[in-house]
Order: sequence, then structure tokens, then C-alpha cells
Amino acid sequence: MTARTGLDANLVVPDRLDAALAVGPGEVVAVVGPNGAGKSTLVHALSGLVPATGRAVLDGADLLGRTPRERSVGVVFQDQRLFPHLSALDNVAFGLRSRGADNRAARARARDWLERLAVADLADRRPAQLSGGQAQRVAIARALVTDPDLLLLDEPFTGLDVGVAAMLRIELGRHLAEFRGVTVLVTHDALDALTLATSLAVLHQGRVVQHGAPDEVAARPRTEHVARLVGLNVIREGDRLRSFSPAAVTVGLQAPADSTRNRWQGVVRGAAPHGDAIRIQVSGDRDLIADVTPAASRELALVPGQQVWLSVKETAVTTYDATS
Amino acid sequence: MSRRWAAAAAALALLSPLPGCGADADADDTLQVLAASSLTDVFTELAEDFEAEHDVDVELSFGSSTALAEQAADGAPGAVLATADETSMAVAEDAGSANPPTIFAGNVLVLATPAGNPAGITGLDDLAGTTWVRCADEVPCGRAAIDLLSSVGLDLEPDSLDEDARSTLDKVIAGEADAALVYRTDAIAAGADVVTIPVPEAESVPSSYYIATLTQAPDDDLAEAFVDLVLGGVGSEALQEAGFATP
Amino acid sequence: MSTTSTDTLGRPPLVLMLPAAAAVLLLVLPLAAMVVATDPASLVDALGSEPLQEALWLSLVTSTVAMLFCLVLGLPLAWLLARVDFRGRRLVRALVTVPMVLPPVVAGVALRAAFGRSGLFGEPLLDATGFAFPYTTWGVVLAHVFVSLPFVTIAIEGGLRTAGTAYDDAAATLGATRWTTFRRVTVPLALPGIAAGMVLGWARSLGEFGATITFNGNYPGTTQTMPTLIYVARQSDADAALALSLVMLVVSVAVLVALRDKWLVAAP
Repeated sequence: MTARTGLDANLVVPDRLDAALAVGPGEVVAVVGPNGAGKSTLVHALSGLVPATGRAVLDGADLLGRTPRERSVGVVFQDQRLFPHLSALDNVAFGLRSRGADNRAARARARDWLERLAVADLADRRPAQLSGGQAQRVAIARALVTDPDLLLLDEPFTGLDVGVAAMLRIELGRHLAEFRGVTVLVTHDALDALTLATSLAVLHQGRVVQHGAPDEVAARPRTEHVARLVGLNVIREGDRLRSFSPAAVTVGLQAPADSTRNRWQGVVRGAAPHGDAIRIQVSGDRDLIADVTPAASRELALVPGQQVWLSVKETAVTTYDATS
Repeated sequence: MSRRWAAAAAALALLSPLPGCGADADADDTLQVLAASSLTDVFTELAEDFEAEHDVDVELSFGSSTALAEQAADGAPGAVLATADETSMAVAEDAGSANPPTIFAGNVLVLATPAGNPAGITGLDDLAGTTWVRCADEVPCGRAAIDLLSSVGLDLEPDSLDEDARSTLDKVIAGEADAALVYRTDAIAAGADVVTIPVPEAESVPSSYYIATLTQAPDDDLAEAFVDLVLGGVGSEALQEAGFATP
Repeated sequence: MSTTSTDTLGRPPLVLMLPAAAAVLLLVLPLAAMVVATDPASLVDALGSEPLQEALWLSLVTSTVAMLFCLVLGLPLAWLLARVDFRGRRLVRALVTVPMVLPPVVAGVALRAAFGRSGLFGEPLLDATGFAFPYTTWGVVLAHVFVSLPFVTIAIEGGLRTAGTAYDDAAATLGATRWTTFRRVTVPLALPGIAAGMVLGWARSLGEFGATITFNGNYPGTTQTMPTLIYVARQSDADAALALSLVMLVVSVAVLVALRDKWLVAAP
């Protein structure tokens, strides 16, 4: 086996992707971004299912000249794609058998991985007889059993019940900690990024616009999407970005008396409970979020369509460079 | 997996009889006779006689004279070819496939009407204004009808041109046509379903049936023996019974 | 016609029900009329006759063999059309479907031009091996394959497209070669479409007449299939033809029902 040096890629798919990414061995990069930013395209380009140009070097070997089967990847697809005509066990054994293992050895190893993911008792079931969480466990086992150099997880918790997702997230974290290859985790959940990832890459219109430690990116988001993801407001002023928490926002029906520059007029677009508060979305010159108490929400009649003024104290705003 | 192989083996087993039942043109114990459809009854009867006499299987392949002659010309397996007219036989002869033919039977056209003859037809002159049918130009019974009508100078358009004598007669039996110009033998074979009206003018333009041995016949003597049977007393008797004229 | 209580969308509209009922009548009436018109005595005669037994057996064997050839040739072709993006794919698909719209007799004429004893390929074949397709049982199989293969190919291609490429992709990332993927993933998942294609091809072969008689003539025991026998019988004995047709109908329906239970996904 070649020495693990990680992934160094700059993948280009015309009109869809032009993304540079460097990830060390054993590291987990979480890729976030709005729908259509190119997250799935990135996964498919890395796996070889979508043809890409540029550069992709994994542990010293060039990936781009290789077909998917020649790349040592494990993929957990967004829709799982467990073979519906095979049992859970045979699904997991498939990759081993494809790579030449004999049936008995492949099944033994597959059963071992089903055990690790706590679904060994479901080995003989077809995918249609599995719950969403069980199927995802089988899919993860199928991706890990071949001991790939590159693990690609495409929104692995989408569509799962909150409780199931939370449990599986903890377990996946344990497996990722043991995994010595490179992991690319596509997600739209800040929690995944903050709990599972060693680094966070923000994809925007096919490009990586920010890549750093998760808490660093979360504290100083450079795109509105990431700001939303981590629950912050972010405003661009020239080449500076200013971010502030929705809890720091004051909501009123009249313009604030003081002449602070941090005030915006807008219309309430939506409101939803957020912890003990009500989080309202306001659109105007800026799209902003603000947390208010339920009492204030009733008092001010903050229903969709209501005109409001938002303001924030300068001391609650963090200002940083838009580029690093 | 093993079940799949079993299925493949079963498939192969199905295939195995195929080469065995390929056209046995050179089998010693089979005589293949290509004959016009209108000869079906007569030749089926004669074939039984021949089988009893010569200890061979006679395999009869009936079809339209034109198609059979083209097949013979193409080298299709066969020992004897019998056609309902000279034109068809010429196709096989010109291709060098048929030996010089002999006329073995004659047929004349008659008018067939539905039982009871609802249109009251008595002869060719009554056809104008009725719904009447004949065989298509490409088959012997159609060519004979064209010859007959032109010989009496009648310019009549049929309401339907059918692919063979049987289809032509069916139109009359079903009552869809008032009359059909068909061979006497076809009208006789249809029995009580039709009324046969003789056409005196047809006697002057009779159709002749031709028989010949084929050059691809595996056993010339056997082929000639069958032709002899058809031309001989037994053959003539069977042909006459079915309404054919014999030389 | 009454509808079940589970039909929560309300009563089906007459504007749809009437044509649907007319369609059923149109398809069923002629066959029912044929059953009524058949004389039981001639049916008994027909069942015992050697020509029928020979022709029926020949029809079943040649249709089945043709179906297997259609599978062996049509499945790879369908896979190519459904899964491989190559230049001229649309042209190839158009070309292979042409026999679907050809009158069968034209198919027979074309086969003769290609594989006849003096045909483009037939003559060299005859010179080299002494074998020629026309007037042999293999010629019948060839004619059946020629007319059935397009139906089989198109049906299987539809099945492959319905199954989609997502699982093929998954198999590729798991290290499977295209051949392994084809065997272990593509074919099992497209099985309903493949089975439907084979049944369609088999049925098409069983009913084939025009190309078969044009290319192979009418030799009892060798090239005389059921449709040919029925056509020939009609020339001399309409009752016998009717009885033979009924036998053909019963056998066809019986086989289709058997295949449906075994292979085709039954509608709920």
C-alpha cells in the first residue's frame, strides 16, 4: 500500500464545478453550500462517475485517469443505492467480491462490518425491509468494508428521523476517527460540520470560497449560506464582512431613535420557534434573522407581511476580512 | 447459479432436434411434391396411393403456383412441381429447375353464386351492375379470368381481387358478393354453399395444369414414378372426380 | 360496471369507460366468435391430425429457439443502446427497429435477398458449407429472429432505462467491472423488462407467417408452422382451418398465462 499523503484536488466540471480542496490523511472535510452549489458534483467527480478535468491526487496517485472501479473510493450515496435484489449482507459483500475475494471470505468480512454498525441481525433482509436508519448503516458498512483510501459521504443523514440521525452521527464519528483515509462529507447540517469534520469547505457556485477549521469558519462566515447554517447574520461592506448573532438584534415597529448605522427596514417573511425564542426571517435591503421573545413576538404582531425595523449595537458585531 | 445453467442446458436440448428436422432434400425415403393449392384434395389422395406402392413418405407442399415455381427456381427442395398454369411452370423451367412439363389436367372457369343465386345470374352478361369478384392478376385463376373476359370482349371491373381461389369463393359463401369467377373444381369443392353456373364461353379458353419433375430431385426415378401415377388411370380418375378435365 | 369502494376519486367518467369497453369488445369478440363458429367434430379431428401435431410442435420449438437467440443477441444490443453513449446511437436504434414496421412479406423478400440460395451472403455460405437457410427449420428460426428481435431489443432497452444507471454507478464505485455490473446488477434489476421482451418476442414469433412462408415455403414437418398450416388448410377446408385456429388460440393463451404467472409482475 502506498504511503497516505491525503487528497490534493482541483476539479473542473464545465459550468458546474471548479473546486480546489486539500485534505490530509485521516481528516474529514465537511463540504457545505446551498443547493446547486456543486456538492454532489464534487462527490461524483471524486468518485469518477462524472468526468472532470484538472487535478486529483490521492496518496500520490493521479485519480483522473482512472475509472471509478480503479479508484479506491467508498461512496455513501444520498439515496443510499443499496442493491434492491441483494440482502444487506450481499450488499456489503459486493465490493469485496468485485475485487476478487471469494464468496465465503467476503461474507465473513461483510458480517463483521454489519456487526460493527449494529445491524448484523438484519443481514438477510432486503433493503426494502430496512428502515431508513438501518439502510444507512448498511450503506456505511458497504462503503467502509473495502477499506477505501477516499470515503465520500453525500448527505448521509438526510431523510432520517432526528433521533436516528443523532445516534448515527455519534457512531459515524467513531468510525471516522478510526478511518485512516480521506473523508469528504457533504452536508447541509451545521451540526455535522461542527461535530464530525476536521475542516469545513464552503462551496458557492462551484467554487470553494472558504476552507478552514470548522469553528473558524463558523465564527467568520464568508457567505450568507454559511452564516445561515451556523445561525449568524453576515453583511458584506466592501472587502470586509460583519457578522452578528440574531439574539443581538432588536426588533421594533418604528425606526430606532438613535442614529446607529446598523439599522435596516424590512418585511417579516417567516417565524419559527428556536429554542426559547422565536426566530423571524426579515427581507428588505438585507435578508436577516432575529430572535425575539414569544411575548415580544405577540406584542409586535410579528406575522408574515409585517413591516419592521431591525437594529444591532456596534459592540455585538464582529468585523473581519472577506478574503484571507 | 446452477439453476441458470440448468435452464441453458434445457435450451440447448430444445435446439438439438433442429438440425435433424432440416429439409431432408436428399433423404432416400421422402418424395417432396410442390403442388398448387387447388390440387390439395386430389394430390393428398394420390400421395396415399403412392406411399402404399413405393414405401416412401410423400411430403406435399401446397401453395400458390407462382410462389412454388419461384421456390423451385430458387433451388428449394422438391422432386415434382405441379402448377395451375403455364406461366408459373415457365418460371421454374427457365431457371433450369424443372424438366420439360406435361399437361395433366384442365380446368375451366365457372360462375359461383351464393346458395339460391339471389342476384339471378345466368351468365357473364349478367355481371354488369352486380358485386362480383375474381382472383388477383398475379395468380393463375386471375390470369384465366382476364383471358376469358377479353376473349368475349367484356370490359368489367371486379369489386375485389383476391389472393387465391379460396378467398374469392369465401366472398360468395359469406354473401358479400353476388358472383365469383372461379375454377369449376373450386366451385365443386365448396359443395352446397354455392350454386355453380357453367360459362360456355370459358370452354374455348381452358386452363391447363402442368406437372414436371425437378432437376434437384434426389431420386429421378421416384419423381417420374409419381408423375406417371398422376398421368395414369388412377390419377385421371381422381382428377375427374374432383371436376378436372383430363387429356 | 361497478367500481370498488377504494376508488376514492369518484366514478370513472363515461367518456373514458365507453371507449375502454369498446376496446375490450373489439379484442374479445372476434376470438369469441371463432370459438362459437368452430365445429366440435372438426376440432376433435384437428387435434388428432398429424399435420397439426407436427406444425404445433414446430411452432413451439422454433418460437422458443428464436426467443433464445433474441435474448442472446438482443440483450447486449439493448444494453449498448441504453448504457453506452456512442456516435450514431440514434441511427443504430432507428435501423434495428425498421423490421418492426416492415410488412412481413417484405421481411421475407429481404431475407431471401440476403440469405437466399443466391443471396448476398446465402450464396457464399452455400458454396462454402453446402448449407442454405431457406426451406429449412433454421430458416424458420432466422425469419422469426429477424421479425422478433426489434421488439425484444426495444422492450429490453425500455426495461434497462427504467431500471436506471444509479445502481450501475454504485457497483462501479464498489470496484465492479462493467461485465460484473451487467451480470450482478443490471440484468437482475431489469429482469421484468427482459422477461416482458422475451414473451413479446416469443409471441411475435409464434404468430409469424408472412416472412416465414416467403422465405421458407411450406414444407410439413420442416417449415410448416401453425400459421402456415392454417393458411394452407383454409384453401381446402374452412372448418379445419377454424379448428386449427382455435387450437393455436388456446395454446397461445395457455403459454402466455403460464409465463405471466411465472415471470411477469402481476398487476395488483
